[in-house]
Amino acid sequence: MVHALGPIDLRVERGEFVCLVGPSGCGKSTLLGNIAGLETADAGSLRANGREVRGPSPDRVLLFQEAALFPWLDVQANVEFGLRERGIPRCERKQAAQHYVDLVHLNGFERSFVHQLSGGMRQRAAIARALAIEPRLLLMDEPFGALDALTRDRLHLELEDIWARTGTTIVFVTHNVREAVALGDRVLVFSSRPGRILAEFRIDLPRSRSLQDHQLADQANEILAVLTAGLEA
Amino acid sequence: MGQWTPWLRRAGFYLALLALWQVLASAGVWPSYVLPGPDAVAASLADGLRQGVFLAAAAVSLSRLAAGYAISAGVGTLLGLAIARFSLAEELLGSLVLALQSLPSVCWLPLAILWFGLNEQAVIFVVVMGALFSITLGVAGGVRNTPPVYVKAARNMGCHGWRLYSRVVLPAAMPAVLAGLKQGWSFAWRSLMAGELIYFSLSLGNLLQTGRDLNDAARVMAVMAVIMAIGLVCDQLLFAPAERRMRAKRGLS
Repeated sequence: MVHALGPIDLRVERGEFVCLVGPSGCGKSTLLGNIAGLETADAGSLRANGREVRGPSPDRVLLFQEAALFPWLDVQANVEFGLRERGIPRCERKQAAQHYVDLVHLNGFERSFVHQLSGGMRQRAAIARALAIEPRLLLMDEPFGALDALTRDRLHLELEDIWARTGTTIVFVTHNVREAVALGDRVLVFSSRPGRILAEFRIDLPRSRSLQDHQLADQANEILAVLTAGLEA
Repeated sequence: MGQWTPWLRRAGFYLALLALWQVLASAGVWPSYVLPGPDAVAASLADGLRQGVFLAAAAVSLSRLAAGYAISAGVGTLLGLAIARFSLAEELLGSLVLALQSLPSVCWLPLAILWFGLNEQAVIFVVVMGALFSITLGVAGGVRNTPPVYVKAARNMGCHGWRLYSRVVLPAAMPAVLAGLKQGWSFAWRSLMAGELIYFSLSLGNLLQTGRDLNDAARVMAVMAVIMAIGLVCDQLLFAPAERRMRAKRGLS
């Protein structure tokens, strides 16, 4: 049995954008899975929106690295999936889905199937699908890890824009320290397996942050130092 | 011109075969009740169609096939889902289904006759047994090989219970399920013909047998042609469109 995660004490405020960085295998994905209610912890308690987490809920949506769009449905049907689950009638569903498809700039691709979309487009569609059910918490598990730098930079801006507009709380996992500093209000550094929180950094730089900005780079280096130290420990 | 070439080649090939057949038959190498020429077979075919015998027989065969197949599809899907979902079911039933699947469905005939007597039920039973295990294995395999991330994503969005199966698991498993359904259909058709060969009521299988009783090879071959044609049409109407749509959606073609 693999002990993925050590004891974690974590508190996230509503509307915050929190980034979790750590080496591969440190249990970050396990943590997200627990928060989403898709996995259960051996010990401890987890509360979200004032209630104990007992299982998955559309209030806490998890986005996977591989987008996980349903290949037998087109983009429109994928985005509408959660809405249909909720019993929302067809007309309203269509409108709501369209709104989110527009939000992620996928207009014109509503009838496309997954195999017709690039990696970046798939992630955007997955984001639209998650946002369509208006969750209070968005959990993102290295969503841009498999994308090229240009697409990733564009998606950073889009994500920030969406975050600002919807006020969703976001917990974002990445192994890319610069990405974490560019996006987060706070960055939490994890040790290697079993993962524990080594340090917490508050990022006060003004938004939107450029990856080229030297203040960002300084902060990132500071965090990277802690991360590396944690690896060697 | 390019896209017609395969069709022309095919047509040429069949014409050559027919010609060869006609030559062999006319040469009298074998007596005409053993090898009738294509002209005799065509005549018998036209005769049977005109008299409505072939149509009536086909209707009987197809209705039995539909009834038996419907039962196997229903039971097979449930059984397949059970095997995929419950590890106990997999442990106990998995190998049993595999073993039964390798039993040629025609082997069920003697038992069916002993149990039901020589009547409709026995024939339909054989049809059901023909298709059941292919469909079960198709569904079980498809469901088991569904990437778990789809189920996680669906549960996350509030989907669970039966809806999870009907909206996510079965659609995700569709390629394997379709393959199982298609294989089940052809096995059912085969076991139906075997059953009808010995059952006296009017049907396609029965026509084959009566043709033999009358030493009428032309009739036998005409009925065989009808059986093949029905097989092809069924595949084109039932499975091909579903397969095409599925491949288009997933970018497989």
